[in-house]
Amino acid sequence: MAILEVEHLQKSFGSTDVLKDITFSVEKGQAVSIIGSSGSGKTTLLRCLNFLESPDSGTIKVNGQVIFDPAVQGRLSEKDIRERRLHFGLVFQSFNLFPQYTALQNVTLAKTLMVRQQKLDKNNPGILKSIEEEGKELLERMGLADRMGNYPHQLSGGQQQRVAIARALALSPDILCFDEPTSALDPELTGEVLRVIRSLAEQNFTMIIVTHEMAFARDVASHVIFMDSGRIAEQGRPEEVFGNPHEERTRHFLAGFSQS
Amino acid sequence: MKLILEQMPIVFRSLNVGFLQTLRLFFITLIGAFPLGLVICMGTMSRLRLLSSICKVFVWIIRGTPLMIQLLIIYYFPGLVWHNPIWGSGENGRFLAASVAFIINYACYFSEIYRGGIQAIPVGQEEAGLVLGMTRSQIFFRIKLLQMIKRVLPPISNEIITLVKDTSLSRIIALQEIIWAGQAFMKGSQGISGAIWPLFFTAVYYLAATGILTIGLGSLE
Ligand SMILES: Nc1ncnc2c1ncn2[C@@H]1O[C@H](COP(=O)(O)OP(=O)(O)OP(=O)(O)O)[C@@H](O)[C@H]1O
Ligand SMILES: [Mg+2]
Repeated sequence: MAILEVEHLQKSFGSTDVLKDITFSVEKGQAVSIIGSSGSGKTTLLRCLNFLESPDSGTIKVNGQVIFDPAVQGRLSEKDIRERRLHFGLVFQSFNLFPQYTALQNVTLAKTLMVRQQKLDKNNPGILKSIEEEGKELLERMGLADRMGNYPHQLSGGQQQRVAIARALALSPDILCFDEPTSALDPELTGEVLRVIRSLAEQNFTMIIVTHEMAFARDVASHVIFMDSGRIAEQGRPEEVFGNPHEERTRHFLAGFSQS
Repeated sequence: MKLILEQMPIVFRSLNVGFLQTLRLFFITLIGAFPLGLVICMGTMSRLRLLSSICKVFVWIIRGTPLMIQLLIIYYFPGLVWHNPIWGSGENGRFLAASVAFIINYACYFSEIYRGGIQAIPVGQEEAGLVLGMTRSQIFFRIKLLQMIKRVLPPISNEIITLVKDTSLSRIIALQEIIWAGQAFMKGSQGISGAIWPLFFTAVYYLAATGILTIGLGSLE
């Protein structure tokens, strides 16, 4: 069964329709890449999934359960929205690490606060310690074992983005979204971030990856979505979309990449 | 010159007492205005329209009128209009009134500085917190507050230096701070009269205080 089903999602800002009837689904353990030209709505789509924007219509289901439906959205409490958005994680193009916290604290902060808020640490005094252990383990998996105590400004862009990935993983989201995770990086630093994402794909994390790295989009994902001015113009297996696109628009877009 | 030398012990003792009152007003203003400014700031940024409008108008009135007028109104208004001099008589009453006026005034200035500091924080910080399931208050206190403090330190330092000198405005309601103490020797006090140098000399106290603060705040930044 699909872990994520998005149906007929629409979003406009004022009079510009940014998402028009977006329908797609993601299987558990699948990596999906989203490609498309600038302004085609890729970021907006990820922001809708993460409740940073509110779609005008359409539904979002996770594990068959409706988590977004505009009919009830207005009546949800902030707490409901918080719980629902935790199905998703989001890695930003610009990392957005918290500058006043170390790499490890960035990873553990949200979970620690959540546990304190729910007073779970009262009955389970070891829980904070175990959050820290999990955080360390995540950073080790990102190849940052020797950087845990560093502040973001002491880290390279590639290291910061790997901390951001660990931070998102710390809350064990069902679906992890990446919005151009390497676009803000110097070319020599993109490799280390892409390697980490690739290894997550191999471990069958469910992921949606927006990227301009066409070679990466092709070989990390088992499903590719090509977006064009707010619509899904074409989607399918990477061999099809990249090797034998049906749509003229897809061909045109991909041709632009092979030239540059 | 000899006369001044003779006057010195008496004058300095008096100025020290006055300066102590100046410092008390200075510190109580800071202690009150830092948190009150934050409350007003959160009010002006509230998503409740009415609350934010009320706070904005209040800040506009306080920042748009002289502190001296505010002092006079706060000190005299209750007694004159309601026939209820809530401040009590004597130096303690004057100090209380001056403290209230200064705290409100500086809180409004601080609130605007805080607001600028918060608005200068990239929106990605809040969004990262939201995506991680943090509550609005966690995002404010755990993520934004410290970044805001870092950003507002320079403009707040300026206000702190200004406050040292602004305390002299409380002379208008006869608070016995250092200007009042210096002026007393012109009219006559403790056997000294017609002496203007004590008033001039108060400037040295202000200079010393602002000098120490400049160095201290500079090292903080
Ligand atoms: N908050 C907003 N208000 C108004 N218009 C917006 C807003 N956010 C995005 N848009 C518009 O929506 C359209 C899609 O933007 P979006 O950022 O989703 O595109 P994108 O596919 O991520 O592009 P890029 O590859 O450049 O990141 C653009 O035309 C953009 O100007
Ligand atoms: Mg984008």
